[in-house]
Amino acid sequence: MSFATKANALWEYANPKKFLTTSERVQPYIWSAAILCLVVGLIWGFFLTPDDYRQGSTVKIIYLHVPSALMAINVWLMMLVTSLVWLVRRHHVSALAARAAAPIGVVMTMIALATGAIWGQPMWGTWWAWDPRLTSFLILFLFYLGYIALWEAIDNPDTAADLTSVLCLVGSVFAILSRYAVNFWNQGLHQGASIMRAAAVTGADTEEKVSNVFFYPLLLCIIGFVLLFVALLLYRTGTEIRARRIRALLARERVGA
Amino acid sequence: MIALLLRDLKLAFRAGGGFGLGLAFFLIVTVLVPFSVGPQSSLLATIAPGVLWLGALLACLLSLDRLLALDWEDGSLDLLATAPLPLEAVVTIKALAHWITTGLPLVLAAPVLGVLLNLPLPGFSWLVISLLTGTPALSVIGTFGAALTVGLKRGGLLLSLLVLPLNVPTLIFGAEVARRGAVGMETSTPLLLLAGITAATVALLPFASAAVLRVNLR
Repeated sequence: MSFATKANALWEYANPKKFLTTSERVQPYIWSAAILCLVVGLIWGFFLTPDDYRQGSTVKIIYLHVPSALMAINVWLMMLVTSLVWLVRRHHVSALAARAAAPIGVVMTMIALATGAIWGQPMWGTWWAWDPRLTSFLILFLFYLGYIALWEAIDNPDTAADLTSVLCLVGSVFAILSRYAVNFWNQGLHQGASIMRAAAVTGADTEEKVSNVFFYPLLLCIIGFVLLFVALLLYRTGTEIRARRIRALLARERVGA
Repeated sequence: MIALLLRDLKLAFRAGGGFGLGLAFFLIVTVLVPFSVGPQSSLLATIAPGVLWLGALLACLLSLDRLLALDWEDGSLDLLATAPLPLEAVVTIKALAHWITTGLPLVLAAPVLGVLLNLPLPGFSWLVISLLTGTPALSVIGTFGAALTVGLKRGGLLLSLLVLPLNVPTLIFGAEVARRGAVGMETSTPLLLLAGITAATVALLPFASAAVLRVNLR
């Protein structure tokens, strides 16, 4: 199959009906895969890995903290992509997917912040520090709130989709800007990336890398979080599509009566 | 363009409420700070640059909801949109008018309020320089927020929620210039970054503002 036809195949799902039937067909599989990954990954991580020699059992919060933090950023990226698709190609499913994703992103950001605070209390001796990473997540949280509030505030769905899409684009630029500004503003307490670091992957730097014992259940948890997000997203997008259909039907009824 | 600018300035000066309000707010916030943190002059001197920057930022926010909303209500925004002037130019002029009526007075008032907060002597010039460099960005970002929320009944609160996170980089670099200047440190790096943010927002953000304004006028 050539690339062009493959790309066309993806745009087929811009049709809400096609999207709904396919997403409903695959949803049970994605839900079960997500639950399986999370159950196995969390049980493996919580009960079957050794305690860290310095951090004790507190290190195990990593199985919730890292995946949710990853998702918090990637959900915003996904919203950015779907917003662009809406602005360029005017597919309603795309805009609705962005709308459906935002609350999931908020929850992921909250989980990342909360688990970080719970871990930070015994380890850093404080619930909160104005560390660049923590601060950028808090700012990301505010961006999510503004985005959702704008969606909720506007009555006309197409206007709302347009405005939130532009806000998402501008917000992305400013979020990146804030990330670097915050880096400049304060030196960090948070550790650097230690899972996918290049030196660690090649094995040159074994000290800093998360050991394999912790890495495999963590990977499973990350996959589980991604699948959970996809499942929730499909579910919520389906709900949004149906809600809009109901609005259309009600409007038609009112005109008829 | 000049005519539009003059019209906006006249409206701001004569219609009342708009022009002096931001300035009075800035004054009140600054006066309230010693009441909340205590009158020790060393403490006030430490936090003065940050407090003055924050006060200026909030004061800039205050007049944003009337920036486009008044023209939207009486229909002149529709006329401006159909005028030969591109909408990008209209929003740039609006931002400029907002800066002249709000940003510039804040810059001029800041040194006086710096005295109240016991700002160290070298800090005064850097405070003025940083505000002069940074407040245009605040106006342009605020205009974007105003354009986003112009059609809404209760846009005021939402406007703050949208605009404040966007102001984070400007605040960080602006307050950093003032802080470093006050303690006699090198200021060129944050000042250049602040100027970069201002230049980039002034150059690019009017396009986004005009785009959302077109959606709202549709």
